[in-house]
Amino acid sequence: MAVLVVAAHDNSSLKEATAKVLTAALAISPDVDVLVAGHNAQGPCAAAAQLAGVRKVLSADGATLAKQMAEPMEALIVPLMAGYDAVLFAADTNGKNSAPRIAAKLDVMQLSSVIQVLSPTQFVRPIYAGNALLTVESLESKKVLTVQPTAFKPVAGGGAAPIEAIATPGGPFKSAFVSEELAKSDRPELAGAKRVVSGGRALGSADEFRSVIEPLADKLGAAVGASRAAVDAGYAPNDYQVGQTGKVVAPELYVAIGISGAIQHLAGMKDSKVIVAINKDEEAPIFQIADYGLVADYKVAIPELTAELSKIGY
Amino acid sequence: MKILTPIKRVLDYNLKVRVRPDSSGVDLTNLKMSMNPFDEIAVEEAVRLKEKGIATEIVAVSIGPEQAQETLRTALAMGADRGILIKVDHDVEPLAVAKLLKAVIAAEAPELVFLGKQAIDDDCNQTGQMLAALLDWPQATFAYRVTVEGRQAVVVREVDGGLMSVAVDLPAIITVDLRLNEPRYASLPNIMKARKKPIDMKAPGDYGVDVAPRLKVLKVAEPPKRAGGVKVKTTAELVDKLKNEAGVL
Ligand SMILES: Cc1cc2nc3c(=O)[nH]c(=O)nc-3n(C[C@H](O)[C@H](O)[C@H](O)COP(=O)(O)OP(=O)(O)OC[C@H]3O[C@@H](n4cnc5c(N)ncnc54)[C@H](O)[C@@H]3O)c2cc1C
Ligand SMILES: Nc1ncnc2c1ncn2[C@@H]1O[C@H](COP(=O)(O)O)[C@@H](O)[C@H]1O
Repeated sequence: MAVLVVAAHDNSSLKEATAKVLTAALAISPDVDVLVAGHNAQGPCAAAAQLAGVRKVLSADGATLAKQMAEPMEALIVPLMAGYDAVLFAADTNGKNSAPRIAAKLDVMQLSSVIQVLSPTQFVRPIYAGNALLTVESLESKKVLTVQPTAFKPVAGGGAAPIEAIATPGGPFKSAFVSEELAKSDRPELAGAKRVVSGGRALGSADEFRSVIEPLADKLGAAVGASRAAVDAGYAPNDYQVGQTGKVVAPELYVAIGISGAIQHLAGMKDSKVIVAINKDEEAPIFQIADYGLVADYKVAIPELTAELSKIGY
Repeated sequence: MKILTPIKRVLDYNLKVRVRPDSSGVDLTNLKMSMNPFDEIAVEEAVRLKEKGIATEIVAVSIGPEQAQETLRTALAMGADRGILIKVDHDVEPLAVAKLLKAVIAAEAPELVFLGKQAIDDDCNQTGQMLAALLDWPQATFAYRVTVEGRQAVVVREVDGGLMSVAVDLPAIITVDLRLNEPRYASLPNIMKARKKPIDMKAPGDYGVDVAPRLKVLKVAEPPKRAGGVKVKTTAELVDKLKNEAGVL
């Protein structure tokens, strides 16, 4: 039984999610190959080759794969599946976009956002915004999974797998990349960050969000997150949204500021190691899951918190 | 141009989820069911394209129990022209939903299909992409802005790290994200009018699609509960606890 892991990368670097998806893959089979589909993605290929447990790296490098769009990913991966019993993606926007397309072509049901591999055929995944955990058996001829990276530890480095170049699909395709606006930031990436500071509707404006949440995040070396309400109101960019339908994070420290704690938000952060909530309403549901709750107006609490952190060398 | 909007009837997003004591599933008895919130956004987008004169007809389709008719009526009250209910009394997996939708599309020949990016009950995020694959159509998932220009749609997508704009040839599949629009509330006159709009009743057999589940549910359990924490009085106490008790600073 052989498993293919589709690497998460942006052509220049390999995302840590790949090392976590590998842990899930190795729980299915010891024979795991990694596919790096991209353009000028030598860096991610080399990084994937160093991950422990990788049998070989398949490098599909060509212009049609530059943005890992669903149509060329389907054209690339469906034929490869003749040699594999399972294919695993990270449950990021690329994985969510391509995996179901491949599953449908293979005429199999996919498993989304898997958080536990119990056996090569049994998996656990959250449903209803994580309010229930579904244990499910798949006897499909090929398994197609997206994996929730935060639920798995990354494999170690130190490997030296061979890299094999494979052909890339030529097209034509009915969808084309036009442009992208990606946020440039020196902060850690939200999905894999060790610390996250998130702001909610309470912040009231984009300026306030920037001047309150961001300096605290920078002091802590944290990524910035937001509730849906803060994103919808334009206080923070879309890709900051943490929750059922945004990003799932599980940092060592999650600080929720002016966030009420709706189930849809909790779905994205309740597996954080330590949760801090700062909210002026002592009845806010976020306090039911916070390890440390501070009932306070953020306008007073955040400057104080920043000063206290300075005292201990932050 | 005709637009198809597949809509799912789900547990209302405001309600608390109760897992059945026998671990067989989630208890939905006597609970309020509503249109999947993403599907409201999909219907709204279709209605706006009709109001702009780009779309000529909107057909809403639901696969579900008899009561999914109510969900279709909501779509009709928002501005869809007619409905199709494919009646099935058990949960239907995304692959089977996609196969049924493919058959509906063969009969209806829409040029755009707007689906939600995700149903908030199964949290699968699969159906639109599967449907695109079965039809060999292009897809644009997680739509933030949609512009129809001649034989193409330009879709700005919400992706990790920001926004990505793609152009898809029509016919195409678009799945919608939260920021695409704010769905309207149906007005009373429109709710009345919707009662007269037609809903076609169908069965999976009419389309020759096998809807038997492929995956076997072994167990549905409550997630582990987080032990409740403590309230701190001051930020100094908070920092002290984070450093010396939790060890995260
Ligand atoms: C289909 C669907 C998907 C969704 N997906 C997500 C998702 O992925 N992520 C997500 O976050 N939400 C999601 N939501 C929305 C969710 O239901 C909530 O509406 C949202 O999380 C609320 O955001 P909030 O906590 O910032 O705002 P509110 O609920 O308005 O809470 C604001 C909080 O700030 C506190 N506050 C106000 N002023 C101050 C002050 N000066 N100092 C301190 N505290 C203050 C208030 O006491 C309150 O608790 C989704 C909803 C739907 C229907
Ligand atoms: N039973 C159904 N009937 C109609 N549309 C559905 C059904 N199930 C899923 N869909 C559509 O597919 C989208 C994604 O669902 P899912 O893949 O289950 O997360 C939903 O937002 C709907 O637009």
